[in-house]
Amino acid sequence: MEYIDNILFTIILAAGIFLFAKNIKKVIRNINVGRNIKVTDNIGERWKTMTMVALGQSKMMVRPVAGIMHIFIYVGFVIINIEVVEILIDGIFGTHRILSFMGGFYYFLISAFEVLAVLVLLACVVFLARRNIIKLKRFVNKDLEGWPKSDANYILFIEILLMSAFLFMNAADGVLMSFSFNEAMNVSKEFSIAATKIFGDNHVGAAYYFPVSAWLTGFLPNSPEALHLIERFCWWFHIVGILAFMNYLPYSKHIHILLAFPNVFYSNLKSKGQFSNLESVTNEVNLMMDPSLPPPPADAAPPRFGAKDVNDLSWVQLMNAYSCTECGRCSSVCPANQTGKLLSPRKIMMSTRDRLEEVGKELDLGKNPFEGEKSLLQDYITPEELWACTTCNACTEACPINIDPLSIIIDLRRYLVMEQSAAPASLNGMFTNIENNQAPWQFSPADRLNWAKEND
Amino acid sequence: MATNITDIKINTMAEMAAKGETPEVLFWVGCAGSFDDRAKKITKAIVKILHHCNVSFAVLGTEESCTGDPAKRAGNEFLFQMQAMTNIQVMNAYQVKKIVTGCPHCFNTIKNEYPELGGTYEVLHHSQFLQQLMEDGRLKIEGGEFKGKKITFHDPCYLGRANGEYEAPRNLLQKLDAELSEMKRSRANGLCCGAGGGQMFKEAEKGNKEVNIERTDDVLELKPDVVAVGCPFCMTMLKDGVKLNEKENEIEVLDISEMIMRAKDL
Ligand code: SF4
Ligand code: SF4
Repeated sequence: MEYIDNILFTIILAAGIFLFAKNIKKVIRNINVGRNIKVTDNIGERWKTMTMVALGQSKMMVRPVAGIMHIFIYVGFVIINIEVVEILIDGIFGTHRILSFMGGFYYFLISAFEVLAVLVLLACVVFLARRNIIKLKRFVNKDLEGWPKSDANYILFIEILLMSAFLFMNAADGVLMSFSFNEAMNVSKEFSIAATKIFGDNHVGAAYYFPVSAWLTGFLPNSPEALHLIERFCWWFHIVGILAFMNYLPYSKHIHILLAFPNVFYSNLKSKGQFSNLESVTNEVNLMMDPSLPPPPADAAPPRFGAKDVNDLSWVQLMNAYSCTECGRCSSVCPANQTGKLLSPRKIMMSTRDRLEEVGKELDLGKNPFEGEKSLLQDYITPEELWACTTCNACTEACPINIDPLSIIIDLRRYLVMEQSAAPASLNGMFTNIENNQAPWQFSPADRLNWAKEND
Repeated sequence: MATNITDIKINTMAEMAAKGETPEVLFWVGCAGSFDDRAKKITKAIVKILHHCNVSFAVLGTEESCTGDPAKRAGNEFLFQMQAMTNIQVMNAYQVKKIVTGCPHCFNTIKNEYPELGGTYEVLHHSQFLQQLMEDGRLKIEGGEFKGKKITFHDPCYLGRANGEYEAPRNLLQKLDAELSEMKRSRANGLCCGAGGGQMFKEAEKGNKEVNIERTDDVLELKPDVVAVGCPFCMTMLKDGVKLNEKENEIEVLDISEMIMRAKDL
């Protein structure tokens, strides 16, 4: 029975990783529902942008409070996970703090992790307060009603629990280790406990106390058995918690911790004002302007202009939807949203993901998700939202991970206009004017130079 | 002494080509600059400055046609590309190299979206070109009537965020010896005037405020003597916003080119 722990651990670990891999594969499959576009330009520039924006979080700092707190969580999360390496080795081989042979450096590492853990805790508390007590406008918004609001809170709670488990594990372990140390030194248990409580980490068994968790020893019971139980419980909780958290990612906005990187890498590097020129349209316009060109082969499927559903969007746009952190920075600067219009660029991204996940479920069942009545346009995003956009690019500028809600808005507008002729009447009037008078207003093209003859 | 526009010889590309000449720049006037009464004043201001600086320029006149920008942003890619190809044919026939526009929308469209369709030119917004003239010593700007006045600049989305140009307009305004102040939302954070993306040509969607009023509030908060703009659409939106607040006697909305024209009494 000696190996039962190791075996159990290995099984849980394998199951956790297996499930995670399976879910991530589904996310990738769903993203690949999008049109296959090639993004192979400016690779150097892309690495640079990813380093700055995703790794360096340069755009987060525009809002300093959130920016700094987010750095705490981000750095804390990444670095404390180094500790997971040790947990994995200990778990599989039944060792205890296998890396402690590094001596002073090990002590330094764990101490640093503890300090980070406190910063993470602090940030989580601040973030919870911003969402639930201070109620910042972008967090108490109808975009987030229901699951998205809970999702955000769950993540923060889980982080708090994980960090607490980490600290209490170290605290209990510190006391236990000092017991064995003191035993070896012939110090009685009672004295050891008392000394610990009085002098903190500086006197007895010093090397086994870590700077933060030492403060927690006062909350712990005295009996070695209970301490051992606590240490083991926290250890299991920490690692199982991490595995569970990993498997929660695909259902959560928290998947941005993985997708932010490729998302920024593949983001738009061109001028924000440059909208794509639809190639299918270019071909048709060329034909109209020069009838001597060869017509397209008769059996070619007619292209669809613009986007009606997620499969008309590109995979980059769909990755955008999965990466969105639902932070609402985009909507908080959107002129339409700020003036009470229905449009919210955050909701554009969330709706796209919702629809894509629904499509994914149909795919799981072996169905063709695009045969039914439902589609992204109309059922998830309404024309009223789309027609409120001023194409001002405030949203793309504000997004900390370079998501482009505007490109989706334009692709949906294109479908409304070119496939359904469903533009608002006034815009149709503008189109007609351009066609007939070469200007969006009803003026005669012959009068174009009249200004040159008019003195004020 | 202010000149009359009719005293300036404004060549069309066709006239120049007939004489076998090519101008230094094509001045792309744009639809608003050609037809909208307020924007026509901006057009004339730009022309007066070009003339004053001895820039050899020409316009397309009746051969100019909407760039297709409003159609494209509204989702009508067909109409956009028809317009683009027509314009590109005309400009390529005249072997146009350098274009100055009076409108950031025309600027953005020709600069960024025409190349893929076969039209590659050096394209400048008028603030950028005027800055070049200033740097080359061809245009001297002094305070004139704006000396000591409080001025703020409203960034056009398609010049600022869309193309990263925040400095050229400010560099010009700086020369007017005025007090240049920023609104609480400016540069990359600037708030749209509400006209882009086809909004200029339609009723706003349902909401609780007009975008131009929201932006005008930023202006009123600062209480400037002049709001400088660089776009005929921003001009319309802010002028209307100021007027709606009955502040048109205290706050003037002027294009940068008009300010330079007035400072130099052209
Ligand atoms: S581009 Fe459209 S969606 Fe984005 S901020 Fe501007 S108005 Fe809002
Ligand atoms: S699109 Fe970007 S800015 Fe908007 S909510 Fe998502 S992550 Fe935040």
